[in-house]
Amino acid sequence: MNAKTAKILLKGNEVMCEAAVRAGCKFFAGYPITPQNEVPEYMSWRLLQAGGVFVQAESEIAAINMVFGAAATGFRCMTSSSSPGISLKQEGISYITAAELPCVIANVQRGGPGLGNIRAAQGDYFQAVKGGGHGDYRLIVLAPSTMQELYSLTMNAFDYADHYRNPVMILTDGILGQMVEPIVPQEYQPLFDPAPKDYILDGCQGRKPRIVKTLHLQPAEALVEVNRRLVAKYARISGELKLSEEFLTDDAHLVVSGYGITAQIAKGAVLQARDKGLKVGLIRPITVWPFPEEPYLKAAKTAEKFLVVEMSNGQMVEDVRLAEQCRRPVEFFGVGGGWYPTIEEVLKRIEDHYPA
Amino acid sequence: MTQFKRPDALYDVPTHYCPGCGHGIAQRLVGEVIDELGVRERTVGTAPVGCAVLMYDYFNCDVIECPHGRSPAVATGIKRMRPDRVVFTYQGDGDLAAIGTAETIHTANRGENLTVIFVNNAIYGMTGGQMAPTTMLGQTTTTTPGGRGKNREGGPLRICELLSSLDGVCYLERVSVSTPKDIGLAKKAIRKAFTNQLEEKGFSLVEVLSMCPTDWKMTPVQAVEFVETQMKKVFPLGVYKDK
Repeated sequence: MNAKTAKILLKGNEVMCEAAVRAGCKFFAGYPITPQNEVPEYMSWRLLQAGGVFVQAESEIAAINMVFGAAATGFRCMTSSSSPGISLKQEGISYITAAELPCVIANVQRGGPGLGNIRAAQGDYFQAVKGGGHGDYRLIVLAPSTMQELYSLTMNAFDYADHYRNPVMILTDGILGQMVEPIVPQEYQPLFDPAPKDYILDGCQGRKPRIVKTLHLQPAEALVEVNRRLVAKYARISGELKLSEEFLTDDAHLVVSGYGITAQIAKGAVLQARDKGLKVGLIRPITVWPFPEEPYLKAAKTAEKFLVVEMSNGQMVEDVRLAEQCRRPVEFFGVGGGWYPTIEEVLKRIEDHYPA
Repeated sequence: MTQFKRPDALYDVPTHYCPGCGHGIAQRLVGEVIDELGVRERTVGTAPVGCAVLMYDYFNCDVIECPHGRSPAVATGIKRMRPDRVVFTYQGDGDLAAIGTAETIHTANRGENLTVIFVNNAIYGMTGGQMAPTTMLGQTTTTTPGGRGKNREGGPLRICELLSSLDGVCYLERVSVSTPKDIGLAKKAIRKAFTNQLEEKGFSLVEVLSMCPTDWKMTPVQAVEFVETQMKKVFPLGVYKDK
């Protein structure tokens, strides 16, 4: 094993930072909120070491707007927060999406609603994948499930953001953020050829002035045209970027589904159920927008039922029902507010499907 | 005889500003200063939300339009990544002194090397004449029909005075565009605020008292009188900080 790929031991939040820096992130603005504090803390020294700029903003609102400005200069940039802070960023996210600028936003989810608590939760799924701010827009939303995947998906997030000129959200939670696990820090490999950044604001020397704006008053149809362009872009992303993992689904009578850390827990239960001879599988979306419908529709041909596990009151479960087009019953197991499922609890739910 | 020439930093287009509005004068001064300093091709301006939002249609340089009040944060992101570019914000009183107060104070306190042009006309123009943070006591607006009340809405925010206590601030001056003499002084202040940035001296803000005849429900001449007799009393002109 060479030095570049020797394992390193970091907290999940730090894994995300390290991946961001190695993927060429040059600007970070953030604000303290538990359980994501390691992100601004790590970036405050690591980004400087890598020749970047770190700003502790006066609010999450200022942080996302600093990212708006930095993104307009063409540098890779990032902000992070946890649930209540992500709510504050929604105005800026809507503007950045409308301006079609690339950036990466991490949400280390905690319990809600309101100030909630500081335990891990997955209650921000709707906000992340349905559009938490005003107007019609989409974020590309990545849901890593392990430390290693948090590392690789964070690198990919910057590529997707640049490639599609769209903000990308990394949707993690307090468990993934606080877990300490060794990872192999693979070298950054860009997913795409770099696209020309012909939108950058850096002074108009030798060219016509550029405008980054989101107001479209005239002609009356101007904003409709912008929306049509966005719709086409989102359709393109939907066609190209649906990522998922299918695990033991070929012969499964029951298919369990979840995203992020919940999928890891569910996978443990599926393995134990298999040991007991139960035909159980798992579908794990890696992109939760665009949502990977196809594996669910395929599984609905053979499976009798789906079981969706979330650390929420039931949000992704709606997308699973849409994906499998209500062909099989979809049960839900979960609750918000800081609860998390154990392998034993998920196993019990699985066994309930197989009466003795 | 002085020949009138449009600055290269401004397009040759009619503006949407009302007759007697001060924005046209203030923006022309900014355009002249950008020309004189020869920085048009390395300038990035930020447009606010408010009457000046369409300034990207008038300024012949790169412009980013910002969410309401967030220009100082957006400008921070740009300037930190491109410190060799000239970055200025152009903001109204609602933008800078109400919804964006936090961004204003903290950007100033960090001493960001930016130029802020703050147009104070004591009213919300674009939305039709509601109370601004700088509306004066007793001043009638569509949301203070009985006049701004001291014990109800509080008094007007004086931004230059407020920011003058911050160590990060380099230069603060309040000017006016109500008379030819004031316009000359305003230009001098704006030029200094841009020069400070070129000399990397830090945060500079020029507050420009400006007329809004439409929402003040006055003629342009009455509006000039209002600045002279009312606004200058509440918002005294002068240098509030010069490091």
